[in-house]
Amino acid sequence: MSEHHDPSNVTNPEHAEHHIVGPKTYIIIFATLLTFTGLTVAAAFVNLGIFNPIVALLIASIKAVIVMLFFMHVYYQSKLVKMTVVAGFFTFLILITMTLTDYISRAWGMW
Amino acid sequence: MDNALAANHTHEAGETHEHVFVPQHRHHFETEQQQREAGTFGMWLFLLTEIMFFGGMFFAYLLYRNWYNPAFVAASNQLSIPLGAFNTAVLIGSGFFMALAVWAAEVRKKSLLVLFLAITTLLGFTFLGVKYVEYHEKWEKHHIPGEHFDVSEFVNPKAFGLKETPLAPDMAAKTQVFFSLYFAMTGMHALHMIIGIVLLFWLMYRSQRGDFSSGYVAPIENFGLYWHFVDIVWIFLFPLLYLINRHP
Repeated sequence: MSEHHDPSNVTNPEHAEHHIVGPKTYIIIFATLLTFTGLTVAAAFVNLGIFNPIVALLIASIKAVIVMLFFMHVYYQSKLVKMTVVAGFFTFLILITMTLTDYISRAWGMW
Repeated sequence: MDNALAANHTHEAGETHEHVFVPQHRHHFETEQQQREAGTFGMWLFLLTEIMFFGGMFFAYLLYRNWYNPAFVAASNQLSIPLGAFNTAVLIGSGFFMALAVWAAEVRKKSLLVLFLAITTLLGFTFLGVKYVEYHEKWEKHHIPGEHFDVSEFVNPKAFGLKETPLAPDMAAKTQVFFSLYFAMTGMHALHMIIGIVLLFWLMYRSQRGDFSSGYVAPIENFGLYWHFVDIVWIFLFPLLYLINRHP
């Protein structure tokens, strides 16, 4: 595929070559995501008690990370982009954790 | 090199240094690579605001599910898993073809690029079609929150052949909270898909014109980021709305 790595193909000649992800990777990712979809449906019909939502969210998170790393090319991006993505999710987690901490502790000991 | 103009400059030292000009390269960026990275960075910043936007609704879901758990269990079991799972597969497939479209643009295959964008669009429409069927069923059963909301299936499930635990009328009324969140979340998701499909038509037109098959990939790539983000939202919506309370 090196013929596509000429200067006009978005990459400046003085920089490292731009990574092109090929169909083979995408097919593997596609199959993996469909497998996880099947898995999450199957897991929903098994009674795991309080672990049902945890398993469902865990599988969803794995799928989301796979989509971001490969379909969204984060895996091949610069550190700046990787940091941006991680910082965004980290901020969101802080918001959720802080709000839940408040929510849980408002009526502490009164339940 | 078809869209690049190469020029040789002889510097004072006498060495030859090649300068490459690509039409999409704006002068305020040092290199094309820097321009492309700035674009990706900006697109991700936009997507982070989208995470916060959907995140608020996910958080509302989390709290209300905690408060009115029996109502959420009963209302969630009204949704069709086969339709939801089918739609998940359709969206993943559409994301797959969008990823292939980015590849086709990178390797400059114009007809493949247009074809992959068209399949992406088609799968987007399929998703919305299934969503229409699901919404229509809710409309017919009076499960749209509001004045005409009908709680009878939740108060007396046996009469409808359902195996759910009957809910007290006040808890049954709270199934409206679930359906409000269901319509708000899937509705905002569907709106994002509709906007995406409009953009896809514009991208197909420009791809057909040959804009993205000579080394200029950024618009296709950045749209791909948006489309995959919409996929990710659904990847979380599906288990949370359809699956979480399903075990017998």
